[in-house]
Amino acid sequence: MNTFFQDNKAFIYFAIMALILVFVGMNQSWALALGIINMSLISAIMALGVNIQWGYAGLMNVGIMGFAALGGVSVVLIAQQPVSEAVDAGGFKMFIALIMGAATITAGIFLNRKGINKWLIAAIVVIGYLFTRYYFSEAADIIEKVDPAITGYLGGFGLPIAFSWVIGGAIAAGAAWWVGKITLGLRTDYLAIATLGISEIILYVIKNEDWFVRGLKNVYGLPRPVPYEVDMQQSEWFQNLIAWINRGELQLLSQTEQIEKLTDYVREAAVVFVKLCYSGLFIAILVAFIVLSNLALNSPWGRKVRAIRDNEVAASAMGKDIKRQHLQIFVLGSAIVGVAGALLVTYDGIFIPTSYLPLRFTFLIWVMVILGGSGNNMGSVLGAFIIWFIWIQSGPMGLWFVEMLSNNMSEGSSSLEFIEDRVHYLRLVFMGTILLLIMRFSPSGLLPEKNKQL
Amino acid sequence: MSDSIDIINAFALLTNFVILPALSYGSQLALGALAVTLVYSILRFSNFAQGDSMAFGTMLVIIISGYMISKGWTITGFPTAILAIPLALVGMSIYLLAMDRLVYKHYRKIKAKQNIVGITASIGVMFVTGGIVRFILGASAQRFGDGERFIFSVREFKAFTGLQQGIAFKTSQFLTITLAILLVAFLFYFLQKTKTGKAMRAYSDNTELALLSGIDPDKVVRITWLLVALFTTIAGTLYGLDKGFAPQQYHLLLLPIFASVIVGGIGSPIGAIAGAFLVAFSEILLTYAYKKFLIYLLPLSMHPSSLVQLIGTEYKYAISFVILVIVLLIRPTGIFKGKVIDGD
Repeated sequence: MNTFFQDNKAFIYFAIMALILVFVGMNQSWALALGIINMSLISAIMALGVNIQWGYAGLMNVGIMGFAALGGVSVVLIAQQPVSEAVDAGGFKMFIALIMGAATITAGIFLNRKGINKWLIAAIVVIGYLFTRYYFSEAADIIEKVDPAITGYLGGFGLPIAFSWVIGGAIAAGAAWWVGKITLGLRTDYLAIATLGISEIILYVIKNEDWFVRGLKNVYGLPRPVPYEVDMQQSEWFQNLIAWINRGELQLLSQTEQIEKLTDYVREAAVVFVKLCYSGLFIAILVAFIVLSNLALNSPWGRKVRAIRDNEVAASAMGKDIKRQHLQIFVLGSAIVGVAGALLVTYDGIFIPTSYLPLRFTFLIWVMVILGGSGNNMGSVLGAFIIWFIWIQSGPMGLWFVEMLSNNMSEGSSSLEFIEDRVHYLRLVFMGTILLLIMRFSPSGLLPEKNKQL
Repeated sequence: MSDSIDIINAFALLTNFVILPALSYGSQLALGALAVTLVYSILRFSNFAQGDSMAFGTMLVIIISGYMISKGWTITGFPTAILAIPLALVGMSIYLLAMDRLVYKHYRKIKAKQNIVGITASIGVMFVTGGIVRFILGASAQRFGDGERFIFSVREFKAFTGLQQGIAFKTSQFLTITLAILLVAFLFYFLQKTKTGKAMRAYSDNTELALLSGIDPDKVVRITWLLVALFTTIAGTLYGLDKGFAPQQYHLLLLPIFASVIVGGIGSPIGAIAGAFLVAFSEILLTYAYKKFLIYLLPLSMHPSSLVQLIGTEYKYAISFVILVIVLLIRPTGIFKGKVIDGD
């Protein structure tokens, strides 16, 4: 019995998780269950990226949020229609400003390579910066004044949204390359601190640069890769399908009741159908990533990576370039996080900078990876499902707990209001405790990495 | 406003808006950075929970001082928060020692890779601590300074000197700078002259050798956490008196604090202090709008029309990051040579 459990551990855990989700679907609603599944799938992709960094190579990324946000930005930049008025008004100026900024940086790097006096380089960079900033703030002002209530930004390229997933990955990879290039090869915690820093900065840029992605005003109405609920409700084949599925129940009703009931069913089914479309999409992407990374892990490349993780000195003595390898892995992992970030915004249909919280995007993902078993891809997926489920359901559970308390307290008591107000902060404590407990008592997680003996 | 060049007023302006704020902010950062340095030298990990620990200590101060004010146990003209520190310190020490007992001790015992495991564990502690603080005090900002706001105000200064540009010296700034000097002096005296301090340095430099010579590791760790509690609580309280308390802001203090530690050279107390002032001055010098300053210094024809601000205030955390990057590119050991290679 015990060995049966050991051999089929992953399958059993996933089956239990599936049963719980089916239970939620039957008792609460299918839309809710599918919502949880979709978010779990996106989180799983993110966790996979982090697992590649942490589990394969021991690289700490404390700025997952920043890379996810870059993915989100790319959706806006790629898929939104351009705002032609704003582009006409300030686009050229902004272009010049950005070119000047880029030129300044390139000049700085180039002159530094040539070994010219450091003060001279500093002076050139400062002057370049001042000019850039002057042009830049002028251009930003012009763009932000174009119909600020609706647009006030440049918009995107109006390309199909699927491009943005690739671009999101690429942008995140670029940022990761830059951070990694500077910090890898130094101490381990430099990377952690630098990722923490870069993710906060990315967030500040997104929140404050209104001309870029509208800042705190959010971007609404992003295009979708799947049909809209309204269209589904009106399409004939969908109505017929729903009528056919529910024919048993509908036959018993009168004509008018039938139509009423059917509209209800169609409305509900449209929501579920759209969510199912998303699920299909996310599953396809997740499976692709899992297959690719498992293949990679079992290839000579994967053996090299694990050798470096387990014994850097030995691997280095065998002539492996550790810094280069770490950079590669860090960039790969961040790219996957970027793709997941883009998928998330695609799924939400809106881009909300304030939703990027370290708790949601850095910490939860960490707990997922460590709970599932770092180094094991299926573990990350399982961890994503479990933690996201707990995260979603702990809200209602907290409220239920407060209600229990309220039965014992007088109505409108101030301490009760106090607790109701703050109970969601306890989720932080709860998740932190889970992380600490797993680290302490089961450091290899639910599905430990399989060490193949050669 | 006069059209002549006015160096004294320009200097007064700079003192009021740049030098004094940067000195007090730098002192607050220095205390926080020293706490990180202590944990790093003795326990050998970068403590990501530092920012939220500061919030925890400040929370204790806010609660205790609130109680004291309600009872009328105050001294006229003096912030009650400072009087509440000793009691808060007791609570903070208990909290940190409990966290050590529950979380970190295990990893020392099994001799795990302390830096990596320590960071991960401290991230867990960070969220637990942050959650507790937000649950008890809420996430919104609050002020808790009472007593006299200023040692001397702008008006008093103007009346005294007859200058057009006033300087205000806030009580919080005065307290910050004084307390920081006292604490730093105490720390260096403790580390250099006392037996326990010497034991701590020995433990930090060469753990094996220190253990062989009969130093009790548990005692060293305990003293370290007590010192961390002291520095953390006071740094948090002073920052709060100066700028108000908000959990998220304290959480983000992690960035400038880490930047200070790394710029100064990780593991070096002097470096932490130097780094803190470097970060604080750069942050304030770069986000200050120089318009008025230039108006004092330049002839009328050259007066600037824009704010002449190098970087928007909203990007002040980016500055610590940029400093960090520059240091890592040019001199990864920091100003005062710290430890570059992973010690574990």
